[in-house]
Amino acid sequence: MLDDRHGDAFVAFEHVQKSYDGQTLVVKDLNLSIGKGEFLTMLGPSGSGKTTCLMMLAGFETATHGEIRLAGRPINQVPPHKRGIGMVFQNYALFPHMTVGENLSFPLEVRGMGKSEREARIKRALDMVQMGAFINRRPAQLSGGQQQRIALARALVFDPELVLMDEPLGALDKQLREHMQFEIKHLHERLGITVVYVTHDQGEALTMSDRIAVFNDGRIQQLAPPAALYERPENSFVASFIGENNALPGVIEEFEGDKALVRLDGGGVIDATPVNIREKGQRTTVSIRPERVEFKPEMMPPGAHTIEAKVLEVIYMGDILRARLAVAGSDNFVMKMRNTIGQTRLDPGQTIRIGWHPQDARALDPV
Amino acid sequence: MANVALDPHAAIATTASGVGAALTTADGKPLARALARSQRRARRRAFFLVLPLLAFILITFVIPIGQMLQRSFYNDGFSRNMPEVSAWFASTERGTDPDEAAWAALAADLTAAAEARTIGMVGTRINYDLSGARSLFTSTGRSLRGGLEPPYREALLEINEGWDNPMLWSVMREASRPYTANFYLAAVDRTRDEDGRIQQVDERQQVYVMLFMRTFWLSLLITGLTFLLGFPIAHLLATLPMRKSNLLMILVLLPFWTSLLVRTTSWMVLLQQQGVVNDVLVWLGVIGNDQRLQMIYNQTGTIIAMTHILLPFMVLPLYSVMRTINPSYVRAARSLGATSWTAFRRIYFPQTLPGLGAGALLVFILAVGYYITPALVGGSSGQLISNMIAMHMTSTLNWSMAAALAALLLASVLVLYWLYDRLVGIDNLKLG
Amino acid sequence: MKTTLILSTALTGMAFAASAQEVNVVSWGGAYEMSQVEAYNKPFTAETGIRVNMIAADNPATPLKAQVEAGNVTADVFDVEVSDAIRLCDEGALVEIDHASLPAAPDGTPAVDDFVEGALLDCAVANIVWGTVISFDTTKFPEGAQPQTAADFFDTEAFPGKRGLPRNPKRTLYLALIADGVPAAEIYDVLGTDEGVERAFAKLDTIKSDVVWWEAGAQPVQLLADGEVTMTTVYNGRIFDAMVAENKPFEVIWDGQYMDMDMFVIPKDAPNMDAALQYLKFATDTQRLADQAKYIAYGPARRSSAALVGLYQDGVTEMAPHMPTSPEALENAVMDNPEFWADHDTELTERFNAWLASS
Repeated sequence: MLDDRHGDAFVAFEHVQKSYDGQTLVVKDLNLSIGKGEFLTMLGPSGSGKTTCLMMLAGFETATHGEIRLAGRPINQVPPHKRGIGMVFQNYALFPHMTVGENLSFPLEVRGMGKSEREARIKRALDMVQMGAFINRRPAQLSGGQQQRIALARALVFDPELVLMDEPLGALDKQLREHMQFEIKHLHERLGITVVYVTHDQGEALTMSDRIAVFNDGRIQQLAPPAALYERPENSFVASFIGENNALPGVIEEFEGDKALVRLDGGGVIDATPVNIREKGQRTTVSIRPERVEFKPEMMPPGAHTIEAKVLEVIYMGDILRARLAVAGSDNFVMKMRNTIGQTRLDPGQTIRIGWHPQDARALDPV
Repeated sequence: MANVALDPHAAIATTASGVGAALTTADGKPLARALARSQRRARRRAFFLVLPLLAFILITFVIPIGQMLQRSFYNDGFSRNMPEVSAWFASTERGTDPDEAAWAALAADLTAAAEARTIGMVGTRINYDLSGARSLFTSTGRSLRGGLEPPYREALLEINEGWDNPMLWSVMREASRPYTANFYLAAVDRTRDEDGRIQQVDERQQVYVMLFMRTFWLSLLITGLTFLLGFPIAHLLATLPMRKSNLLMILVLLPFWTSLLVRTTSWMVLLQQQGVVNDVLVWLGVIGNDQRLQMIYNQTGTIIAMTHILLPFMVLPLYSVMRTINPSYVRAARSLGATSWTAFRRIYFPQTLPGLGAGALLVFILAVGYYITPALVGGSSGQLISNMIAMHMTSTLNWSMAAALAALLLASVLVLYWLYDRLVGIDNLKLG
Repeated sequence: MKTTLILSTALTGMAFAASAQEVNVVSWGGAYEMSQVEAYNKPFTAETGIRVNMIAADNPATPLKAQVEAGNVTADVFDVEVSDAIRLCDEGALVEIDHASLPAAPDGTPAVDDFVEGALLDCAVANIVWGTVISFDTTKFPEGAQPQTAADFFDTEAFPGKRGLPRNPKRTLYLALIADGVPAAEIYDVLGTDEGVERAFAKLDTIKSDVVWWEAGAQPVQLLADGEVTMTTVYNGRIFDAMVAENKPFEVIWDGQYMDMDMFVIPKDAPNMDAALQYLKFATDTQRLADQAKYIAYGPARRSSAALVGLYQDGVTEMAPHMPTSPEALENAVMDNPEFWADHDTELTERFNAWLASS
């Protein structure tokens, strides 16, 4: 899955495997190249192996097999303190017995830096996160967001080229989290550092990343920029994990050029773009985003196949209207409509016919 | 007032009108007082809840200890039972030679005490300061049954010449006042001479200061040893998976669950010169059969046994603190460029200090007060000050002396506690 | 605590007040009490028809003092230590006992001469004598060169090996003086002087580095059994058990034994005064004291009992040589002197500890 865009890989995992108990692999044959200055997010449910990968990169776990390289140099045998990687932990891990200043001074002291230079750097790092006034506070006297900024400043104060972040925003409330996402993103752009970011929050991943590696079951399911990931998922897991998604099981009936006709298990035939599907009669899962579902014939391409849908309920959500439909035997088919003037109002119990552009529906591997 | 109470708005109007006026409740009473009253009720209820415990502590702890400590400076064994001669002492200057009035008072008191069978008590009190005085009183008491005729000096001297001893009179003068510092003096190897001047006791008699020093030194050493041995164990316990750490914890707690005598006996079996450790060393050829090590019945034995017994008191607070230290702190330190030693020294260790402080304080205080173990395995050089306290409590029955020694011990522990508070901070203490 | 005692004694008092002919005896419980039941109580009841109720206490002096202070004496005879007997007598709690009224020995020797020294006090009559004696492991010394005297205990050249001594001045200083040639009768006179104390410590100095100090009564037997010491002082009942019941190769040196006694006392206002006196006289006669030795290795307080001491209850062991009151054992024995120790315990204990600590 090497991406050509980053041929001069700054960080590289090559055939990396990891097992804790000698019986099961937590990470199965991981290959990943991260370019210099890239913001790469490892996204996946818990237990998918993403944090283990981060810990192997940081040096807290050893790879059972394979090689990890940093700036071209194998680092499997390099202890964590010699890797020069900045890291932000989930709980911030600010040293509770030290002040903010001492926390920031720590990485500089262990590098034997002189006092004046330390002070200058600490000031610069704190100013960077707008926390200059808090230098003499203890971590316990800071709010969660402030601690987060200090943790960030501490990970950056010794100018590492690579910064790892392990769900750094998990403990913050929604509003603060969104604010910090932008701040981290801006810092990344301003400093030109490489960031490897671990999260299970897809919104966060989509907002911040240059590329996202979706992990599941110890493997990278898809590695792509956010838009590609959202719009062109390559398998059912990615389709369902990223964003809201309707999944309709069926069988390939016919290929027509770029598109395929799928006979749904619940009845009816629809259009879809086949992904990694080659043969007629193969089982598939059709994936379609709720906002791409159309029920007005004038919005569909000519000749589009439609299927019958019964409106079960319509929920008013402000900017959008969300309709739950019974489609092809499933009661959980969701359609989103923009709340615009002149938008057709649907009523529960009403029967409509829905369809979509073939490129919006993707016939993926069967679940 | 009545209509104010009927109209709730009136109160609001009052509050709103005066800027500096005190706030009132809806019925016009000052808010502060109303609040105090409602809180008083809650406080009283809380007080009644803790009352049983308070009474329990008072009855079982504060009062007995207070009474015990009182004995260290208050002993009316002489003054209460010898009122007349005590009055004579009170009316004369120190150094006054006993005149016939004094002898008459003494004779009258002795006769009365012999009659009341309290003369043994009087003799015991004087014997604390003047060895051999008890039998002087009791034997004189027995000869007094027929009564005495003046001149009393000659009459008493005829019964026993010991009554003419100026030291005896000096000691009686001291004892004629129930409040005395003599027991404290004795507890620091000091005594009073005939003229009441404080001086060191005979060198062959000096034992308490040395034992205090030894007690503190050994307690410090034992605290240090429990730290050295307990820290790695506590760390292991805190980092091992639950199942393994529970098993290890049982091993650590084993000393708690075995009886003291079983434990002590097992130490004897292991450590004595014909014991297992020496046998193994001889068998390995490390030492010759005639060079067997003396590891028990001396200071070494006390140190080994007490370190073993007190180890859990160090391990448990350390363990409970270490459990709460998130491993990410050390990881963070490592990622920031610290070697594992630096991360331990600057990040991990400082965070264990509350547990270490609690453990050290516990171990030290317990060690200072230990006496059964040193008594059994300490031989001659492993005795501590508590052994002397126990001796005075149970064998010589000089409870005043025991109380004085205990009070000094308590005071020095409190001083250490205060020092700890100043240096580390008592809120920085985590017992578990 | 005190109230409970008063209450319980009051209750027991009521229970016993009902029957006419009986006597209540408070003793120490355990094997010692059993020996008294067998040797004293059963024959007493058989002979007089007076029932004997045995009551066990941790230290009978404690309920005695409590009953006297509460003014409600419910038991008649108490088995107490010498020091308590003297103290309680001094405090006026006990009835004085006419020594002449005690039964004479079978050969007619009056009781005053028959009892060992110190066994008769104003208010108390001793029943048993127990000794602190020297014992050694016979396997540690060649035949024909076994230690025999207290002086041998201090002779580590001729009789090498560690020595066990109790860590208190009471049972060590006297032994040093005995070994140094002071006759048993003069021990307290010598120990009462500064020079005497000096002399005792000087003698102790000669074996100081070879001593293993013991604290509890079970320790010296263990030390001897483990080979930690070759000779030790030990309570005679304990070493008897080890020698006879456990067949250990130990031997006792009676020279310089330290004797303690247990005494019978009767509190003033004892409810069954006549029966109590009768019991006390019966229990301390020559035959009864001799019989007791059948059940426990404590010596009768009468000289005349020694000849009547028979076999131990195992039916094989001759008890006479194991008695602390046998003629051989009494030859150079030091009797406990509560008066002396009341005067000097604190002083000598401090000095003893200072001596122990000095190198």
